[in-house]
Amino acid sequence: MPKAMGAVKQTIPAEIGGDMDAAVGSSGTAAKAAAGRKVLPIVEGVVLVAALLAPLVLQDYLTVFATRVIILALFALSFDLVWGYAGIMSFGQALFFGSAGYGVALLARDLDITNIFLVLPAGTLIGLTFALLLGGFLLLGRHPSSVIFVSLGTLTGSYAADRLARGWYYLGGQNGIPSIAPMSLGGYEFSEGPAFYYLVLGILVVVYLLCRFLVRSQFGLALAGLRENEQRIAFFGYKAQHLKAIIFAIGGAIAGLAGSLYAFHEGFVWPNMVGVVVSTQVVLYVLFGGSGTLIGAVIGAVIVEGVSFWLSDNYRDIWPIILGLLLLLVILFRPLGLISFVLGERERVGSFGVKIKETRNAP
Amino acid sequence: MLLEAAGIKKVFGKLTALDGAALTVGENEFHGLIGPNGSGKSTLMKCIAGAEVPTQGKVSFVNTDITAFTPTERARAGMSLKFQITSVLPTLTLYDNILLALQAQSSLFDLVFSRTRGALHDQVMTMLTQFRLADRAFDAAAALSHGQQQWLEIAMALAGKPKLLLLDEPTGGMSLEERRVTGELLQPIKKHCSLVIVEHDLDFIRDICDRLTVLDQGKVLASGTVSEIQANKSVQEIYLRRA
Repeated sequence: MPKAMGAVKQTIPAEIGGDMDAAVGSSGTAAKAAAGRKVLPIVEGVVLVAALLAPLVLQDYLTVFATRVIILALFALSFDLVWGYAGIMSFGQALFFGSAGYGVALLARDLDITNIFLVLPAGTLIGLTFALLLGGFLLLGRHPSSVIFVSLGTLTGSYAADRLARGWYYLGGQNGIPSIAPMSLGGYEFSEGPAFYYLVLGILVVVYLLCRFLVRSQFGLALAGLRENEQRIAFFGYKAQHLKAIIFAIGGAIAGLAGSLYAFHEGFVWPNMVGVVVSTQVVLYVLFGGSGTLIGAVIGAVIVEGVSFWLSDNYRDIWPIILGLLLLLVILFRPLGLISFVLGERERVGSFGVKIKETRNAP
Repeated sequence: MLLEAAGIKKVFGKLTALDGAALTVGENEFHGLIGPNGSGKSTLMKCIAGAEVPTQGKVSFVNTDITAFTPTERARAGMSLKFQITSVLPTLTLYDNILLALQAQSSLFDLVFSRTRGALHDQVMTMLTQFRLADRAFDAAAALSHGQQQWLEIAMALAGKPKLLLLDEPTGGMSLEERRVTGELLQPIKKHCSLVIVEHDLDFIRDICDRLTVLDQGKVLASGTVSEIQANKSVQEIYLRRA
């Protein structure tokens, strides 16, 4: 019997090629790796199906709520790229979210521009531009900038924008800009409801797939190096500061897209949207769901918002305290977020090389 | 000369770590940097690698003054470094660790569209095979023994085909057998790369180096071939004093 097994092992060729179904390692770990490898797509699939079905089972007012959550999930993705993947501590992500919101609100109010093909690119561009400016200043020094410098710099940016918006009459001061005209496509107007929901979900899926492509490319490997040991990869010859500025700008663009959708969905923008509160909120989404996984950011946004919604209905006075405790528990016991209940470290980090279909002969 | 560091002075507050130290390394030369504890070996390495900026002095590499270069610029000029504390990326596989080092100078476009991924595969496997790690290519680097992590890091430092490799205590914490293998692994790189090596194990240094520089209290005490240094009275004295 052992002889036969040996023969079987020898007949399995070590085949190297571009096959996507990777089974790596000696028999025992191969099974584990193959089994572990499947978790992430399953989670992604379940979340997608749930998101597609949601408006069919939810009451109307809940579909409106769910639309808001999907937009915030898009915003969470932007922060996850910047922090979870590149390790840049941005405490001012709302700056890009909110400034794009204000930008499209002004386009609608002052220029009557509400066409979806104009306002969404405009919002994205606003987020990108602000992120390039702030990121260029904070990250593109000749020598790497410290974590404290970057986190305080982004925090200050967000806080300053909040104060500016509150004080500036043109931007509506404390009240912000109310009753923004709905986003339009030809004669059609997107108002709250299932159409808006599926629009936003479609955008989230597209952005998600683009992010997924990015973080699994060789650029994603460079990002993994960046977040684990920036100094080490600089000594290899990577322009670490450039990598950071690029990912920061991409994050800003996505936050801008989310912010413009948010402005049109809510129908108004107000100073909080650029400020520290919303900046912190997005940190919590990603911490809660699991930083460094794209789906973790989405799940975090959904759960934090969902739980807040439910708690505020049922425990009107003390719900922020309960939510705070829940968050603390997760951060204490699950520093990698809720996703780490089902997702192993190896799969979270992933592999970047040529996918190899290899069955090694165990010694 | 490949590397010329001259008149290097480095002051940390009240402590003068280097006081006019110098180091000259030719092409395809293995150069050992030795001296008692606190003589400034590691600091001199850091000044050459760009981890520290010297207070005074000049470092030139392939006839270019690189004193003010950042680590990234030095790496792109052909200098590579293995840190004293192993700093492989523990959560990545061995394969990805090497790939990360190999693609450091790829363009952004190539990185995003993974255009070099297939082309670099053979190089990754060659490096892993050369350092006897090929059978563990898809394990996380954290799973390796200390000695193997050191080899992985040397392999990563060599991946970009540097002209000069700086090794800070490559055999620290290794068993006798692992030290012997490390020596064997380093020999073949002489064909295309020079080496500066800081090491406490004098037998190891004697076996693989062509020339030695001895530092004492931040100054060069002696510099020459291995036999010249062995015959040098003042060198014997500081090592006897320590013993």
